[in-house]
Amino acid sequence: MSEQTHQRLTPAPPSGQLIDSPRFPVAAKHELGNAQQRANLRHATHTIRDKRARVVGELDNWEQLRLAGEAIKNKVLRNLPDHLVRLEASLTANGATVHWARDAAEANRIVVGLVQATGSHEVVKVKSMATQEIELNEALEDAGIAAWETDLAELIVQLGHDRPSHILVPAIHRNRTEVRDIFREEMGRYGTPAPPDLDDNPANLANAARGHLRDKFMRAKVAVSGANFAIADTGSLVVVESEGNGRMCLTLPDTLISVVGVEKVLPSFDDLEVFLQLLPRSSTAERMNPYTSIWSGRREGDGPQDVHVVLLDNGRTRALADREGRQALRCIRCSACLNICPVFEKVGGHAYGSVYPGPIGAILNPQIRGTASEVDRSLPFASTLCGACGDVCPVRIPIPELLVHLRHEVVEAKKADHGVHLPHAEPLMMRSGGWVMGDHRRLEAAQRASTLGGGLLGRFTDHLGPLPWPLSAWTSARDVPTPPTETFREWWRRVRGDDPGPAASGDTPAGHTPEETR
Amino acid sequence: MSTPAGPPTAADAASTSLPGTGITVALFATCVNDTLFPGTPKAVVTVLERLGCRVVFPREQTCCGQMFTNTGYFDEALPSVRAYAKAFADYDYIVGPSGSCVGAVRDQHPMLARRTGDPGLVVASERVAARTLDLSEFLVDVLGVTDVGASFPHRVTYHPTCHSLRVTRVGDRPFRLLRAVRGLDLVDLPEAEQCCGFGGTFSLKNADVSVAMANDKADNVVSTGAEYVVAGDNSCLLNIGGVLARRRSSVTPIHLAEILASTEEAAS
Ligand code: SF4
Repeated sequence: MSEQTHQRLTPAPPSGQLIDSPRFPVAAKHELGNAQQRANLRHATHTIRDKRARVVGELDNWEQLRLAGEAIKNKVLRNLPDHLVRLEASLTANGATVHWARDAAEANRIVVGLVQATGSHEVVKVKSMATQEIELNEALEDAGIAAWETDLAELIVQLGHDRPSHILVPAIHRNRTEVRDIFREEMGRYGTPAPPDLDDNPANLANAARGHLRDKFMRAKVAVSGANFAIADTGSLVVVESEGNGRMCLTLPDTLISVVGVEKVLPSFDDLEVFLQLLPRSSTAERMNPYTSIWSGRREGDGPQDVHVVLLDNGRTRALADREGRQALRCIRCSACLNICPVFEKVGGHAYGSVYPGPIGAILNPQIRGTASEVDRSLPFASTLCGACGDVCPVRIPIPELLVHLRHEVVEAKKADHGVHLPHAEPLMMRSGGWVMGDHRRLEAAQRASTLGGGLLGRFTDHLGPLPWPLSAWTSARDVPTPPTETFREWWRRVRGDDPGPAASGDTPAGHTPEETR
Repeated sequence: MSTPAGPPTAADAASTSLPGTGITVALFATCVNDTLFPGTPKAVVTVLERLGCRVVFPREQTCCGQMFTNTGYFDEALPSVRAYAKAFADYDYIVGPSGSCVGAVRDQHPMLARRTGDPGLVVASERVAARTLDLSEFLVDVLGVTDVGASFPHRVTYHPTCHSLRVTRVGDRPFRLLRAVRGLDLVDLPEAEQCCGFGGTFSLKNADVSVAMANDKADNVVSTGAEYVVAGDNSCLLNIGGVLARRRSSVTPIHLAEILASTEEAAS
């Protein structure tokens, strides 16, 4: 990163690498302290949640659409290489140039090279998660190329020297007063300034953004986009959006470079029928998104004449190799799981240390980035497993199950680390707890300790000393009832006598049932 | 809270009009209830016997193992899976007062068994999983009753716990049971389907977020003016109740089974 040495072209994002973010519980605690952000998040997530439920409720075939979306994506993932080769062939036949990028560095190198070849020193950008993921803007900045975000929310984030905190609404953590201040402060440094008397009226804020972006659109020679879908049979890319800025970027410049994750491929144009119903209702809670742009390579005299597609792996094939985990690659980035998530609602997106926050981030990041970093190891645990995310997901990703699956992977990775790191109390505790539960006589012995005082969890602390997650975490804000002096099974034995064991059949009235005397 | 009404009398059995007559139920108490909330499985015994069922308690049972599974310790959950399959192998109806533990048995035990590569355990786990029901499912679906003869003249609000709602999917059964309780005034809980923040070890690993969520839930509970907050899972009630007690709130957490066990005679 080049901070101090030369004058930056675009606003600097926060320093440091996302992958070096603190563990989720630490970051979450920090975010929880931001009362304004909590209020903003609560308002925004509840509003979009309710709207989504309304528009989804309008369709009586919603579950069938979800099943269809799941089936199409599963078909793609089972034969991903074939679909990609078909996509490459049809894109090439349409006059586009296809590039393959193994990882972020390779993708950035390709895009920088393509922009440099045009001689341009700036690009306009359509909102794109893939380019956020590879941190393309910073790679371009380092090469002396200014990347201008043109999506309103991405513009707010960029001008605010900030990072996106939501997939669809990257500035969800900001309210309009904060946006006004950012516009007034920063717009003039990077182009057309905001009107000096700008207030926080949404229409006026939108007008200020329009004015700021207008000459960037008009002079741009190169645009960079992502794609929501890449259609293999027709060689088309699809972008859905609400503001029309994307349409400007996709039609005005001479050169268009699209960075597309390999999992975005759909076999056929007809498949759009399903996804263009699932996506808008799940994401913006609209029946139909205002702008759907579809382009198929190059068309003489119409739109960009130099069309490039960079197909990006960056950990996706690693996820693909895991039969369970690969289901996360069905994701169409609608954000419904973020909006419904009670944990996301409390802490926002920054706590997840990735451009993919919320439930999808918790299952995607540890797969595409691996489980080496502290933050990626903590993400699968950033959920109560309440299941709300899985129920709203338009492509039926079983997010809670995948969270558990990845927790297991993290635990296995931690166990494998044992020789390297200090012994961890949790595996010991779990092993002894598991052993106790293997035989009712051991459980009864443990319960005797419990009824003497301390409760079920307290039993573990007495035995094992310092815990990775101390029980004080519970009692700092919550009371615990005094444990009863008699367990249920003690009561049963006292008043009912010993039960017919497994030897006795449940269907024959075996043995006697002593009358309870009370 | 509740006093069990006692097993059915000979006269009851003779009348054979009871919905549970001839049905043997194996009670899955769950380790949390067994150890910390014995009143709940006792209440299940009361309700089932009042309806004519024969209740047995296979003492080899221990735990559903979900604390291990959901924390990522799959191998450590296996002793629980094995113990469960063995303890309940011989019963047609296995009934537990916990949407969460029942959900863990149904959703996770077969998966954990498959990982061992032991076909016998897979078959055994699938068999007991298919026969395991939450109390509300057993009452409404198997016995076909919603009025269990309970009386509870209090204002209550129902929190549909996440695993009851989205894993075990008990649907509106608890509401139907509650609406049939004499004297009970059921008030809607705002944002009812939002998680209370418990989440097993989440409540410790991410305690700050957990407490923030529990406080939202407690705010909503208090806003109803209810005397009791009722749910089908005592772990969630432990969480919500923990915050309510810290606030010195007068709202009392209570398990659904304990309301269903209450009768006018027991109250007097
Ligand atoms: S995981 Fe599902 S709900 Fe979440 S963003 Fe992806 S498609 Fe949408």
